[in-house]
Amino acid sequence: MNKEDQNTEKNPIEEILRMDRMPHIWCPGCGIGTVVTSFAEALRKEKYDLDKIAIVSGIGCTGRVAGYTKLDSFHTTHGRAIPFATGLKLAKPDTKVVVFSGDGDISGIGGNHLIHAARRNMDLVVICVNNFNYAMTGGQVAATTPKDANASTAPYGNFENAFNLPYITEAAGATYVARWTALHLRRVTKSIQEALNKRGFSFIEVITPCVTLYARRNRLGDGLNLLKYYYDMSEIQHGADTRTLDISYQGKLIVGKFVDKEKPTFLDAMNKHLSSVLGDKYQLYGDNND
Amino acid sequence: MKKSKADPKGVLTGSHFMDGDYALAEGGLAAGCRYFGGYPITPSTETAERFSERIPYVGGVFIQMEDELGSIASLIGAVWGGKKAMTVTSGPGFSLMMENIGLACMMETPLVIANVQRGGPSTGLPTLTGQQDMMQARWGSHGDYEIIALSPDSPQECFDLTIEAFNLSETYRVPVFVMTDECIGHMHEKVVIPPAEEIELVERKWYKGPKNKYLPYKNDTDGIPFMVKVGDGYRFHTTGLTRDERGYPLLNAECQATCVSHLIDKIKDNADKIIHLKETDIDNAEILVMSYGITSRVSIKAVQEAKKTGIKVGTMQLKTVWPFPEKRIKELAGKVKAIVFPEINAGQVVLEAERVVGDKCKVVSVPHYGGWVHNPEDILNAIKEAAK
Amino acid sequence: MTEIRFSGFGGQGIIRCALIAGKALSLYGNKFATMTQSFGPEARGSACSSQLIVSDDRVLYPYITIPEILVSMSQEAYDKYESDLKDDGLLIIDQDLVKPKPPRGKIKSYSVPSTRFAEELGNRIIANLVMMGFFTAITKITTSEVMKKGVPGLVPDRFLELNLKAFDKGYEYGLETLKKGK
Repeated sequence: MNKEDQNTEKNPIEEILRMDRMPHIWCPGCGIGTVVTSFAEALRKEKYDLDKIAIVSGIGCTGRVAGYTKLDSFHTTHGRAIPFATGLKLAKPDTKVVVFSGDGDISGIGGNHLIHAARRNMDLVVICVNNFNYAMTGGQVAATTPKDANASTAPYGNFENAFNLPYITEAAGATYVARWTALHLRRVTKSIQEALNKRGFSFIEVITPCVTLYARRNRLGDGLNLLKYYYDMSEIQHGADTRTLDISYQGKLIVGKFVDKEKPTFLDAMNKHLSSVLGDKYQLYGDNND
Repeated sequence: MKKSKADPKGVLTGSHFMDGDYALAEGGLAAGCRYFGGYPITPSTETAERFSERIPYVGGVFIQMEDELGSIASLIGAVWGGKKAMTVTSGPGFSLMMENIGLACMMETPLVIANVQRGGPSTGLPTLTGQQDMMQARWGSHGDYEIIALSPDSPQECFDLTIEAFNLSETYRVPVFVMTDECIGHMHEKVVIPPAEEIELVERKWYKGPKNKYLPYKNDTDGIPFMVKVGDGYRFHTTGLTRDERGYPLLNAECQATCVSHLIDKIKDNADKIIHLKETDIDNAEILVMSYGITSRVSIKAVQEAKKTGIKVGTMQLKTVWPFPEKRIKELAGKVKAIVFPEINAGQVVLEAERVVGDKCKVVSVPHYGGWVHNPEDILNAIKEAAK
Repeated sequence: MTEIRFSGFGGQGIIRCALIAGKALSLYGNKFATMTQSFGPEARGSACSSQLIVSDDRVLYPYITIPEILVSMSQEAYDKYESDLKDDGLLIIDQDLVKPKPPRGKIKSYSVPSTRFAEELGNRIIANLVMMGFFTAITKITTSEVMKKGVPGLVPDRFLELNLKAFDKGYEYGLETLKKGK
C-alpha cells in the first residue's frame, strides 16, 4: 500500500455521497453540508439499508442535496418534491422516502403540497433547510425571511410576516415536528433517526442562514461565526407550543422536538377503511404490490 | 420490446354502454395502470371517479391530489416507484401540468395524461367541447422536446387509444397524451372490452445488469435507455437539469445538444412506427379531409354529402396527431387538389399541414370555436369550395 | 336514424331513460346508439333532458338536430322542447304533468299517467320506467324483451324487479293505447 492510499481512508459519509460529483456547489461556510453530514450520520447509526431509501429534492441550494447523495435520488422541479415523493412512496411503500429541500421550495412555491402531505399523514421524512431567503437566485425575500431583515427584493427591509413552519406543519397534521440549527449536529442526527423510524409525516426544520447572501446583506458576520450566533441564540424547549415559534430578526430561537405522536398514515388509513367497507373484495395494497 | 398480456384483474371484458371518460379509466386499468393521481376538473372528472371506484378491486392506488401540479409530479414519482400511472384533466389543469410534463420528458418517464378538452382560454366553457389544447399538447412545456398525442373519435377509441398510449409511453419512455374532448368524454356509446388475453401490452424495459454499471440515460441499441425503479439497489440519480448518461447534471452546450436531440430524435426517428392513421377513399381523391377526434366523425357526414355531388373525397383521421404525419401528407399533397382541415379551434393543427404541404396543394382551414362540434354543412361547403 | 329527446325535471330519471334505451339498443338490439346529455348549470335547471340517436349505421353527428320523438315528463320541459319536435314527429307525455298545446303539423301524440301508475306500484321514483315501457310499445323501436335488458345495472339491484314491473305496466298500457287507436 503506498502512502497516498493510506491517506485516502474513507470518511464514513462517502458511503452515501456521490464522490464523483464533488466538489459540491455550496459556498464555504454554508450549513447545508452540515445537515447532509447529520443525515449521513443518521443513516450510518441506524445501519439503514441504503437500497431501501430514496431521496427527493426540489430546486434551490438545498435542492442539490439529492444530486450528491448516493441513494436512489431525484432532483425534481421547484416546489414539487413533496408530491413527487408522494407518488414514489405510494408506488413503492417499502421504500423510505426522504424529501430534502429548502424553505422556499417546500414552504414557498410548494406550500400547498406541504400542508396536504401533512394533512394526509403521508409517510415521508421532510428535511427543510431554512436559510431565510432564496439563495440560488441571489438572496430574494422568502416566506421565511424574518421581519425587518433585508433581502435583494426587499431592499428596504422585509415587512411581511414570516411562516412559522413547525406551527403550520403541526396544524396541518404532521406527526413529527422538530427544529434545530445546523450546528446542533447530534440533535439533527437524532431527529432524523427518529423520523426514519417513524411511520407518518415527519418535518424537521434546520435553521442555517445563508452565509453569502442573507448574512452579507444584513452584515451578520460570516461562516462559522454566523452559525454559532444562531446556535447560541437558540433555546431548547421540547414540546413547546408551536404557536410560539415565530422567528424574529436576530432574536431568540426556540428549537427542539415539538410534536411526536401516532396517527395512521395515508396508506394505513386507505387499507383499513377500504377493507372495512369492501371486505374481502378489497385488494389490500402494500409492499408486495409490485 | 417485451410484450405481455393484460392482467385480467383490470380488464372489464364485455360490451358496455359507457361514456368516453369512463372508457379512459377502463383503458388505463386494462393497460395495467395501477396509480392514478388527479384533481377534479370538468369535463374530465368522471374518469377520476371511475378509477377511484374500480381500483380497490384491482389493487393499486387512487389519490386525489391538492392540484394538478401535484398530480403530475406524483405520477412521475409513482412511475419511478415501478408503477404504470395516468391522470386526467382539462384545459386549466392541463396548463398547470405543463411544468412537470417537461420534467417527465427530461427524466424520460413513461406516463399517460388524458385531456378531455373544453372551450378556453381560461375557464372558458367548462361543460362544452373544444379542441383548443392541441398546440399546447405539442409545445406547452418550455424548451425543446417531443411528445406523442393521440386523439380518439369515440368512447370505444378512448378505451383503445389509452391502451395504445400506455404501450407507446413504455416503448419510447415519453409522456403520451390522449386528447379527447367534452363531447366524447360525456357521450355514451357501446364500448367493447376484449378478453385480457387479447390485449397486448408493452412491458417496461427493465435494466438487469450489474448494480454499479447502470447508466440511466445510456441508450440501448434501439435508442431508448433502460429503466430501473427505486429499491432495486441501483442507487441512481436523475434530474430535470440537462444531464449526461449517468443522470448527472452537466450544464454546457454540448451536453444540452446530446440530451435534447435524443429527446427529439427518439420520437422523430420512430414516427413511422408511432403514427396511426385511418384513411378512406384516398386513392382517387381530389380533396382530402383531414381531422381528428370528434371532428373526424362529423367530417364523414360532410364527406358523404360531398360524394353525392360527385366530388372525389378521401378522409384521413389522425389517431396520432403528434408526431405529425409529415411524410404521408407530403405524399398525398402531390396527389390531391386540396386538403380541408376542420377542427374545433381557430386553426391549430392545420398550421402543421400548411407547413408540410408548402405550395404543393391548397390547405383549407375550417375553424370552429369551442362549444359545439361543426355543423357538417360548414365542412361540406369548404369541400365544395376547395373542389372548384 | 331516429333522434329522441327525453325530458322532464331533475330527479325523474330522465338521464336513465336514455341510458337504458341506448344500452338496450346498442348492446342487445343490433343498433348503433349515441347518448348525450346536458352538463353544468344548465343541467341543474328545472328542465332536464337527455338525447339519444339510434341508427342502423354508425352515428356520425353526435347531437340531435330535429328530434323525431319527444318524451316529456314535465310542463317546463315540454314548453322548452316541444317546438324542436319534427312536424311529423311523435310526442309522448305524462298526461298528469303535461298539458299539451293544440296539435301542431302531423305530430302524433300519446299520453300515459306514468307518475300515477308508479305511485300505484308503490313509488313515484319508477315513473321513468313506466314511461320507458310505454315508449317502447308506442315507438316499437325494439321489443320489450330487448329494452328490459337495458335496465339491470342502471337501477339499484334491490329495486330491479319493481322497475321491471313498472316497465311492464307502461308497456301494456302502450299496447292498449295503440289498440284503441288513440
